[in-house]
Amino acid sequence: MIFFQIFLAFFIPGILGYGGGPASIPLIENEVVDRYDWMTVNEFSEVLAMGNALPGPIATKMAGYIGYSEGGILGAVVGVFATVAPSLILMITLLGLLMKFKDSPRVKRLTIVVRPVIAVLMGVMTYDFVFSSYEGIGVTQTILIGGISFVLMEKWKIHPAYVIASALVYGALVLV
Amino acid sequence: MKQRDLFLAFFRVGILGYGGGPSSIPLVHKEVVDKYKWMDADEFGDILALGNALPGPIATKMAGYIGFRVGGVLGMVNALCATMIPTIILMIFLLTALNSYKDQPWVKGMAEAVVPVVAVMLGVLTWDFIKKSGKSKLGWTWTGVSLIASLVLLQFLHVHPAILILILLVGALVKKDSSPSEQKQMGGERK
Repeated sequence: MIFFQIFLAFFIPGILGYGGGPASIPLIENEVVDRYDWMTVNEFSEVLAMGNALPGPIATKMAGYIGYSEGGILGAVVGVFATVAPSLILMITLLGLLMKFKDSPRVKRLTIVVRPVIAVLMGVMTYDFVFSSYEGIGVTQTILIGGISFVLMEKWKIHPAYVIASALVYGALVLV
Repeated sequence: MKQRDLFLAFFRVGILGYGGGPSSIPLVHKEVVDKYKWMDADEFGDILALGNALPGPIATKMAGYIGFRVGGVLGMVNALCATMIPTIILMIFLLTALNSYKDQPWVKGMAEAVVPVVAVMLGVLTWDFIKKSGKSKLGWTWTGVSLIASLVLLQFLHVHPAILILILLVGALVKKDSSPSEQKQMGGERK
């Protein structure tokens, strides 16, 4: 029974959570705190804070942890499956169709027409990250880290793994 | 061999993707388009378009679909596990064993220091998309017009991206088959 509840608790945010993480958090909170009362609001915000300190999408981390704390390993699997599977199945079928007609002029036209929209979406994400960095560590640090990482990644073609790793170390030591 | 590459690629995306889903977009682009060349930038753009038109985290949809495309169902499961499991295990471990971990100042410093790096990566990829769009059949003028139109629609009129993308999807696919002149133009697109 608990597994069915876990599935529902993360299926609904998985389906309604448009725009990834930030959209699904209130939906998850509504299920986990209000409906099933698995944790209090402060416990939920603690888990959320931990999630934000770790890499990867917030929704799957919440699903994995809360699923685990309510139903063990299987609970975690059910929670993550409920978050990921629905839209992934939709994605694979739709893109499968698209790819089948890849060379048709219509699909080519779609690729060309939709590209500016994607550029705008990513531009907005870039702005959000810059703004949150400005709010988090201030202008000088943002420009310093941003500038150096640009040179490292774009001019000297250093793989982001090393740049991110060094930013982590820098953050742990300097930004304390 | 392919499964191993898939795992490594998406393991890196999962571990480096600080700041949630969006930060994994440039990381996946670097692995899938630049490094392993499993697909070209156009296809990656389509995946992003459709991914943004569907609910749920973008990172898992990319991992799942690209894993499926490259290595079938096993590839999909492989890429998904590689992206999600490490950070979920870390989360469970840290929350159960070391609950005070997240209150440590250095943890906060770590997460915050990565944000500008991700902003740079996203910014570079955004510029790539704009350049590609300018050089494509759309041309710079129409690219400029559609950039501004999308910005106004999305940011000021708060049209939901899924709606805008679905309209474009239907518009591009439903419009009667391209007329001969478009056919010629289509062929002329410089790759």
